[in-house]
Amino acid sequence: MTDQATTNAPSEPSTSGLAKAALAVSRIPLSALVGLFITTTYFLAALFAGVIAPYGMAETVGQVWEPSRLGWLLGLAPEGTPEPQYWLGTDQIGRDLLTRLIYGGQTTIFIATMATILSFTTGSVLGFLAAVLGGWIDQALSRFVDLMMAIPSLILALVILSSIEATVVTLIVLMGLLDSTRVYRLARAVAVDISVMDYVEAARLRGEKLGWIIFREILPNALSPLVAEMGLRFIFMVLFISTLSFLGIGVQPPLADWGGIVKENKEGINFGIGAALYPAIAIATLAISVNLVADWILNRTTSLKGGRG
Amino acid sequence: MTEPLLKVRGLKIGATVYPPGEKPHDIEIVHGVDFDLMPGKVLGLIGESGAGKSTIGLASMAYGRGGVKITGGEVHVNGRDILQSGLKDVRALRGGEVTYVSQSAAASFNPAKQIMEQVTEAAIRQGKFAKKEAEARAVELFRKLGLPDPENIGSRYPHQVSGGQLQRCMTALALCPEPDLVVFDEPTTALDVTTQIDVLKAIKDAIEATGVAALYITHDLAVVAQVSDHIMVLRHGNMVEYGTTDQIINAPREEYTQALVSVRSITHEEKAPTAEPILTVSGITARYKGTNFDVLHDVNVQMHAGQTLAVVGESGSGKSTLARVITGLLPPSAGQIHFAGRQLTPDQPSRSIEDLRELQMIYQMADVAMNPRQTVGTIIGRPLEFYFGLKGEAKQKRIQELLDEIELGQGFQDRYPAELSGGQKQRVCIARALAAKPKLIICDEVTSALDPLVADGILKLLLDLQKIEDVAYLFITHDLATVRAIADSIAVMYQGRVVRYGPKSQVLSPPFDDYTDLLLSSVPEMKLGWLEDVIANRKMESAGN
Amino acid sequence: MHPILKLVAQRLALGILLLLAASALIFGLTEILPGDAAQAVLGQSATPESLANLREEMGLNRPALTRYFEWLGGFVTFDLGNALTNRLPIADQISARMSNTLFLAFWAAIISVPLAITLGLIAVRYQNRWPDKLISGVTLASISLPEFMISYILIFFFAVQSLTWGIWGWFGMSPVAFPSFASISQTMTLGEKLWAISLPVAVLTLVVLAHMMRMTRAAILNVMQSAYIETAELKGLSTFAVIYRHAFPNAIAPIVNVVMINLAYLVVGVVVVEVVFAYPGMGQYLVDAVVKRDVPVVLACGVIFAAVYIILNMTADVVSILANPRLRHPK
Repeated sequence: MTDQATTNAPSEPSTSGLAKAALAVSRIPLSALVGLFITTTYFLAALFAGVIAPYGMAETVGQVWEPSRLGWLLGLAPEGTPEPQYWLGTDQIGRDLLTRLIYGGQTTIFIATMATILSFTTGSVLGFLAAVLGGWIDQALSRFVDLMMAIPSLILALVILSSIEATVVTLIVLMGLLDSTRVYRLARAVAVDISVMDYVEAARLRGEKLGWIIFREILPNALSPLVAEMGLRFIFMVLFISTLSFLGIGVQPPLADWGGIVKENKEGINFGIGAALYPAIAIATLAISVNLVADWILNRTTSLKGGRG
Repeated sequence: MTEPLLKVRGLKIGATVYPPGEKPHDIEIVHGVDFDLMPGKVLGLIGESGAGKSTIGLASMAYGRGGVKITGGEVHVNGRDILQSGLKDVRALRGGEVTYVSQSAAASFNPAKQIMEQVTEAAIRQGKFAKKEAEARAVELFRKLGLPDPENIGSRYPHQVSGGQLQRCMTALALCPEPDLVVFDEPTTALDVTTQIDVLKAIKDAIEATGVAALYITHDLAVVAQVSDHIMVLRHGNMVEYGTTDQIINAPREEYTQALVSVRSITHEEKAPTAEPILTVSGITARYKGTNFDVLHDVNVQMHAGQTLAVVGESGSGKSTLARVITGLLPPSAGQIHFAGRQLTPDQPSRSIEDLRELQMIYQMADVAMNPRQTVGTIIGRPLEFYFGLKGEAKQKRIQELLDEIELGQGFQDRYPAELSGGQKQRVCIARALAAKPKLIICDEVTSALDPLVADGILKLLLDLQKIEDVAYLFITHDLATVRAIADSIAVMYQGRVVRYGPKSQVLSPPFDDYTDLLLSSVPEMKLGWLEDVIANRKMESAGN
Repeated sequence: MHPILKLVAQRLALGILLLLAASALIFGLTEILPGDAAQAVLGQSATPESLANLREEMGLNRPALTRYFEWLGGFVTFDLGNALTNRLPIADQISARMSNTLFLAFWAAIISVPLAITLGLIAVRYQNRWPDKLISGVTLASISLPEFMISYILIFFFAVQSLTWGIWGWFGMSPVAFPSFASISQTMTLGEKLWAISLPVAVLTLVVLAHMMRMTRAAILNVMQSAYIETAELKGLSTFAVIYRHAFPNAIAPIVNVVMINLAYLVVGVVVVEVVFAYPGMGQYLVDAVVKRDVPVVLACGVIFAAVYIILNMTADVVSILANPRLRHPK
């Protein structure tokens, strides 16, 4: 490397905040923008489910498995059938499926979000502590996590749910704690990588306290890989809670969630009724969108991390 | 007149860059370079990093590394323009007519295959030799290159031989198919200085014995002066100067070449020791946790206020470990350290803030010595705040003073390390150390990662600052030129022991002990014929063999 | 002893230790959590006396550690006790179901492993071109769906709607819908069994294919970016020779590793897929037991699943050790 950067005058023409924001948005790749848009839409729909859902969550509005208006508009329905009333049709006991999906999304996204938060706080706090303190604390925590991760999460969840009642709270705690092992490993690995950097050693030699080292030196540099991982963990939580509910040991009726909607409507499949497939589309689009956003965050920040411009 | 073996005309090379969060775009890294290489001659390509020298070397094999593409010009090998050849012809050229020796043989050998198979592979696959002949030829080359047990070394795996030996094996690999041209890409840069000259001599002898032509790429003018007939100086993808080795070394025409030749021209008058030492290291023995051997044995050194002690040695000599012991990162198993009249506690956490403040450190890799998420202002400002409680206006004023001292002007406070060049980063690290108003700064290989001209600037700055701030430096380095430029006293370390210690003039004057002799004589000098003289007069085998 | 044997022995010892610890953890979880086996058998209306009697009979009053070692002793001799719900020996139930599960997993592995490696190689060969992008797109989609969703999508389109009916015609066959229930019995021929499990095998293949392909691609790319591959290219070797002679010997260990990890993943995927297709395997047995709170069955199945998972992961580690040239040819 040469010293040519010296010649770059630091004075750039000052731009307005709005122009800066526009520039920042225009630099985001299209895939990430699409992902960001869909993810935001889902979260808003979950937040305002009560406002945007056309009917009540448990309200029976029509016949069993009425056809969908969307399918009719797309020309999927047989010739000459009248226009159906409900956008996605009705479910196995005549509730509006769109309403069920919106409320189901609320439950699924709420549980997944809370479990992700729990998993992240637990996992990253313990992971950072293990990395910075080392010694027996690190050994004890790491060996326990090794053991937990030697057993598949689903199997552990099944074992635990055979003994305790599945409520929203127990599900969040169960999923959050089971998954925190993965976050712990990542957080510890990232923090170990960073804590052997010369700048952390420099801070230690200066005499800085543990708080400064964790929050000012390590955390800002660990944040980006952790945030990207958060996206992936969130997807995993959505899939996990859906699977548990589908197996009948997750969210219990009358509460709706995406896995539960599949379970309720699965018999329809054999009659060619696709009601159970709508949650599939919801889960897939949410998961892919979050994935796109996480990919972008990871790419953007890994190139920054090296900083060898 | 014979035709040139390699004729390059108007060579342009581009690369695709991927700036974070932006669309990838193409840039040009070599902007039209011309040169000829006659059969059996050696051309040195020299320049700092980013000069495009490796890229040009690989272009003579019609190869672009990563996203690198040859965008224009002609490259003729034995009269054919290889840029117009089909893939089949290019493959016959690579490994047949032109071969390559990389900087890191350790990475360039396949870890899963025996050395012999890899050395002979190109020769056999290109149909130049049958297996038997190729192997006999390889053994002959191993012998010529001075490898131990040439008959059997081929049956070993790459990780079973040392770095210096592997670099010779790589040379054998390149010479085995009897090529017309070998591209040497920094073949000795990764080696220790005493190993370097042996490998360099082996390469030079092999080139002479086989009559092969070579492109020798390096950043070290003194090294290239030993092997090449002509030298081409490159900078930012352009040719700066081309001439015979003698002319470039002794009568450079261009200003840039003159700077490269005269680098390390700093003269520094040795200061006499003062009465009271600032740092006394007595009887230090140390080992790393979980190992069963000492990395330091009974180390005793002393240094004086405002002076520089250079600790010099090769990798594994224990010089960096000594720094860790002094800073308290590695408590010693025996011995004491006295600093500024006080005895330091062995482990860093138990030291007083005053001890920590007066003993600062600067690292080799400025890149990783600064938190990439903090601005220059925060990095320099933190010690001010931490040790002196400076805030607001007073802190800003002091930061600017420090920035002025390290010759960075206005506007650097808000920059992030990634926005600085290599030399600027190291300057900021110096400012951070100075901010604590220390009595002693440990400088751990602070110029090794920098290009020579930039490194020179840093050394000058350190010397100037020493006069102003009256700070002592413990200067850890493997580079004797740096030692000559900056030291008042010197400690030579070898295998965890101080083998020679005293004022600079004394340490650098004969009679020498064997190791110091080896080390001193191994530093390439910008003088024709130096290599042969050194090899002829050595007392001791280098450590890397 | 050759140092590599020592390493392998160490890894195997660690594996056994892990197996013991995992069984203790699962046993411990069923103990600590606020469920009561006696209560589960007798229901909420049981009198305190009958509860106490049953606890005595089931040995629930003795220390947990004693019962763990008794249970472990039984486990290794394949005496798993009786189910709470129907009082039948668990071992008998499991043995038939285990072979069904292995049958399903085996065929999924036979299809998915070669397919994943081939697709991984194609993705590397056409890196960043359309085949690579198509493969990663499909992979992303299938990773983003839970197993049961993929199952119902396949059932909907191949067993019920029969989009494929037209395709049968191209081969001159009369259209047949795929079975949406994988009922299988001892009397069936191999062909009949395979037909019955065609959809579950397809689902499992899709699920592990995605992961396995992604990881294979990453493993090969990692090798292809090594400096020794550049050396091979600069020797003028053909692309095939570079891959076959230099990339393959170094890629084989990571690929075997990928395969093992995904087979372990497959074992878990089986649980859900068996439920969807009402397949009489271990997974369905486990989920049934969880719903009915039949703790001894959950315990037995859980430990078996965990053991298979641990053993496969251990195999992956051992293969990595054996394939490392630095360990195989020490200095």
